[in-house]
Amino acid sequence: MSSRIPIVPENTIPLPSLKANNGLLSWVASVDHKQIGIMYLIITLVYFLLGGLEALLIRVQLAHPGNDFLTPETYNQLFTMHGTTMIFFVVMPFLIGVGVYLLPLMIGARDMAFPRLNALSFWLFFFGGILLYYSFFTQSGAPDVGWFAYAPLSEKPFSLNKGPTYWALGLLASGIGSVASGLNNVVTILTMRTPGMTMRRIPLFVWMMLVTSLLLVFVIPIITAAFAMMLLDSLLGATFFTPAHGGSAILWQHFFWGFGHPEVYILILPAFGIISEVIPVFSRKPIYGYEFVAASTVAIGLLSLGVWAHHMFAVGLGNVANAYFSLASMLIAIPTGIKVLNWVATMWGGRINFATPMLFATAFIIEFVIGGLTGVAIASVPIDWVVTDSYFIVAHFHYAIFGGSVFAIFAGVYYWFPKFTGRMLSETLGKWHFWLTVIGFNMTFFIQHFLGVMGMPRRTYTYYDMPYWGSMNLISTIGAMILGLSVIVFVWNILASLRHGKPAGDNPWNAWTLEWATTSPAAVENFELVPPVRGRRPLWDLAYPDMPDEPGAKIV
Amino acid sequence: MTWIPEVASNLASKVDGLLILITLLSLVFFILITVVLVYFAIKYRRKREDEETPYITGNEPLEIIWTVIPSILLIILFVYGYVVFKDMRTPPEDALEVTVEGKQWLWTFDYYNGKKTINELYVQHNRPVRLVMEAPDVLHSFFVPAFRVKQDLVPGRYTQLWFTPTKIGTFDIFCAEYCGTGHSAMLGKVIVLSPEAYEIWEKGVKADEGAGVASLPPAELGEKIYKEKGCNACHSVDGSVLVGPSFKGIFGHAAVMQDGSSVNVDENYIKQSIIEPQAHVVKGFQPVMPSFKGILSDEEVTALVAYIKTLK
Repeated sequence: MSSRIPIVPENTIPLPSLKANNGLLSWVASVDHKQIGIMYLIITLVYFLLGGLEALLIRVQLAHPGNDFLTPETYNQLFTMHGTTMIFFVVMPFLIGVGVYLLPLMIGARDMAFPRLNALSFWLFFFGGILLYYSFFTQSGAPDVGWFAYAPLSEKPFSLNKGPTYWALGLLASGIGSVASGLNNVVTILTMRTPGMTMRRIPLFVWMMLVTSLLLVFVIPIITAAFAMMLLDSLLGATFFTPAHGGSAILWQHFFWGFGHPEVYILILPAFGIISEVIPVFSRKPIYGYEFVAASTVAIGLLSLGVWAHHMFAVGLGNVANAYFSLASMLIAIPTGIKVLNWVATMWGGRINFATPMLFATAFIIEFVIGGLTGVAIASVPIDWVVTDSYFIVAHFHYAIFGGSVFAIFAGVYYWFPKFTGRMLSETLGKWHFWLTVIGFNMTFFIQHFLGVMGMPRRTYTYYDMPYWGSMNLISTIGAMILGLSVIVFVWNILASLRHGKPAGDNPWNAWTLEWATTSPAAVENFELVPPVRGRRPLWDLAYPDMPDEPGAKIV
Repeated sequence: MTWIPEVASNLASKVDGLLILITLLSLVFFILITVVLVYFAIKYRRKREDEETPYITGNEPLEIIWTVIPSILLIILFVYGYVVFKDMRTPPEDALEVTVEGKQWLWTFDYYNGKKTINELYVQHNRPVRLVMEAPDVLHSFFVPAFRVKQDLVPGRYTQLWFTPTKIGTFDIFCAEYCGTGHSAMLGKVIVLSPEAYEIWEKGVKADEGAGVASLPPAELGEKIYKEKGCNACHSVDGSVLVGPSFKGIFGHAAVMQDGSSVNVDENYIKQSIIEPQAHVVKGFQPVMPSFKGILSDEEVTALVAYIKTLK
């Protein structure tokens, strides 16, 4: 081994790497699920920094009333790009990327079912992002119509610049990639499992990816069709969404949220999967209520398809529609609550190791519960009417997607980094990262609940000096700066650990799923020999042959 | 309590009741989960690497309990919310109707007696009001935090909203649905008058004569109109470019129009731009300004001209 560690360090069994004879080409041309997974992670990290920078600029603009640090046009572009980036180019592709890396390993397969389709998905995502960000360099600038691009504001004559067109094209491209990913995951999980790996034994992360992937296949086509219609409107003069010419502005909202709400679960279910792996391993106990955690995931997936119009309570739909969507949205709290309680129960009687992955997983439960409870509140129509489109909503979905998905992503990064790279992340920097994240995140977003109840609308370029608004926004901005600092620590930790991190070995956390049975980083073709699977914890059964999880699974 | 805005309509206390109940229930669940979690985190912290753990995989009765109890609570919450929701959707028959138009980036209000106001909605204390709302351009949302009401305005259809103001005073109106560059400046006020004051307003001077402002000097009146009638949403007075050209230093200078011609900015040009905004559009700007014909009186236009003259 040389002193310089490339992004995927060399292994005893050489993996195609930057240093291999084909150099960059071995990555660009790769159909290996691990290389594609790593490329997803690197690109999403870049977008995470871009989206974070956009968020910091937004917060600086809002730091005090009447600020003119940015122009309204720039501000509107920034919040549009921040939302679009974080959802479509950070959280979703990160989770897909982790899935692409881990799914075959966890089920004891050698690759995805369709390796070339896997590469196609990645490159559609890659070029979709470039198409979106290229808009910054055009004369008319980036899209400025919000991440849900409500018609008719997003269409002529109210939007004469090309931003929304780049937005729709970029998301159309990456969306097709997501459908392909979903399909690939479903087929891989259903057909590529190693003998013994029954559906009742697959790791919960795999269960959650299965449901997520089905959602991808069902709902991304809705928005893909809507993007096509929007492009027809803007480029060929159709009028699907322009009321002035007989179209409907509400139709766009139904299409968008018909995709958009299940999308929220596409962002959170794999995060639940990460948590369902981390908590048992660090508590050294099997997951509590495996069947209930898996079944509640299916329930969430089904319910999520029928709740979209709770984003539209203020539009003025009929009473029956509002009542139905209110009740259905509240019901989602039940399977979600089941999960939370099972995670807590998993810790009961355990021997908990609070390494960084477990710290993030524990904090995830608390932050996500806040986001979930405010979600129940706004499922009630009268409350939604008061707080929708206010900062309360901004707080709510940041608790769900940052406090939920991103905290889980951090837990996952600290947990699987050794597997991805062969080196451990620094625990010291990890703890700094964790505490700065917890403080910065809650300082930024908790206070926004109150700002929202007091009536501050979201997406406002600036605000007048109402009582308390200035100081509350300033607190939020300072929190965002702390959060920015935490991200610097995180990136520093990654870069430093890639070079000088402690060598990880195959299974540094004494975990029990199959990805830990192979070398770190995982070898070409993944396994020389897949361990026998006679229960939910194959490596535990190997390590403690006298007390296997399932009776009769004793290895002789 | 300062966290919740004042209660100024009949609907506000109903919504607050629901909000407080849900907040309390949420707090109970949050505290329960957090306390248990923190207790486990402390009690079951790993001390040595070789500690053994029990093999526990679940408990069905427990799963059923923590499924059924929250389900019952949710149904109760839903029913309570639905009752309040029905109230908020059913305006009384005798409600006074006002037509609201929200457009980029101001509010206009049309009353039954032909009065028309901009960015100021006049209503009577303790008398129900029903707003019939429309938007000629993009989506907007009419939001009065003190009344706990919000309703989108949707191009191509009418939406409605009702409330009974229960407090005399002035309350903020925000646009809550992102509607473009001037979104954050699309503000207004609801002015709740006592029955006596409302009667005077109703029968009194025509709105377009501007009640009680005749005593101000023209430039000061112009500044007041600039702020109250929504000019400031698109036109700055400090030279910064918003949706429309800034007013700073334009008077007496030539401006280049879209067709390349040059027009001298004098009293007549300003008046024409207010009454017929599309006649001469300054180069680099979109023809989006609405006409103020019939909304601003001659005196008010003159006052605006006088104000613009002072912006050197």
